[in-house]
Amino acid sequence: MAKRTKRKTKRKTKVQGVQIDMISEDFISTMTSMEKINLILEGVKQGNIVILERGLTPEEETKLIEITMTEIAPDDFVGIEIESYPSRQKFSLLGRLLGKKAIETRLTVVGPADQLRTLRRDHDLISALVSVRSQG
Amino acid sequence: MGIIKGIKRILPTWLKKIFRKKAARIGIYGPPNAGKTTLANRIIRDWSGDVMGPVSEIPHETRRARRREGVVVNANGATVTLDIVDTPGLATKIDFHDFMAFGLEEEEAKRRAKEATEGVIEAIKWLDDLDGILLIMDSTEDPFTQVNVTVVGNMEARELPLLIIANKIDLPEASPARIKGAFPQHPVIPISALEGFNVDKLYEAIANHFG
Ligand SMILES: Nc1nc2c(ncn2[C@@H]2O[C@H](COP(=O)(O)OP(=O)(O)OP(=O)(O)O)[C@@H](O)[C@H]2O)c(=O)[nH]1
Ligand SMILES: [Mg+2]
Repeated sequence: MAKRTKRKTKRKTKVQGVQIDMISEDFISTMTSMEKINLILEGVKQGNIVILERGLTPEEETKLIEITMTEIAPDDFVGIEIESYPSRQKFSLLGRLLGKKAIETRLTVVGPADQLRTLRRDHDLISALVSVRSQG
Repeated sequence: MGIIKGIKRILPTWLKKIFRKKAARIGIYGPPNAGKTTLANRIIRDWSGDVMGPVSEIPHETRRARRREGVVVNANGATVTLDIVDTPGLATKIDFHDFMAFGLEEEEAKRRAKEATEGVIEAIKWLDDLDGILLIMDSTEDPFTQVNVTVVGNMEARELPLLIIANKIDLPEASPARIKGAFPQHPVIPISALEGFNVDKLYEAIANHFG
């Protein structure tokens, strides 16, 4: 009897929770742009919040938006919410010698648009609200 | 030998002439409802006496990019020829329910949503074919959004000229200063595309920036 109630509560907490996947910079750096984008969209479409230690380049962000658009379906997936700080320009000596600008991407959070809502965004603080997906 | 040398000497000036004649292709970008089409219509009306396309308070009114060639802008003694591309509003999410809130029937709202997603893709594709952009924001809204950050980041990565336009300054709650604060590394020009406030300043900036 006691066992059964326990199992019930356990299942209940799982249904109410929101899964957060945190992906390390090391892992991200081994991936191609498409792999990163697929990883993000797969997670987000399942209702997860995906956090990347280092985010996407501006070009990858537009690619992510583009592919998100193809995935939007009425009553199923309305799109994504992305939160990231603007990428920084890194001035390395080598880069300067080669006349190349390195772009340093920063922490990025992506979630389903119907569950992740930005409350406030600033240069140094992003405040967001995550809600549990309503059960159909 | 002498002929080749001669051609080598003439060629650069030739190329310069061709490229000087070429119009600067400028995309008008921004979130839905920022006033992109209103601005495109104003620029085209002011310099070629025509309009670009319909404007609406319902977001994602523009769902196909439109291009107008050979718009000649004169300001401060400088002349610049523009190809103006009015693009569909950029978004990371599109929910057909938002259109139903404006009174659209479900079917029509779904169709608009579908076309809006295609419009976003088209706007992104156009980024590859531009010489510069006007990024237009509604000054009454929070400027620090992902769409704005992404567009600015793309222009910086491509090293293309960008003018930020703080639109709707005719509204009492407008705050162009907030836009300047969010993107301090880029020029910000406050205007009202609807009323025409300050558009002469915009034309000067366009002539200086894209000429
Ligand atoms: N008050 C005020 N309203 C404006 C101004 N510019 C545009 N609007 C209004 O804002 C709404 C949207 O304008 P549009 O020009 O259709 O905006 P858009 O950026 O082309 O929008 P999409 O095509 O949907 O992406 C319309 O109701 C316009 O009348 C402005 O300077 N001041
Ligand atoms: Mg429009």
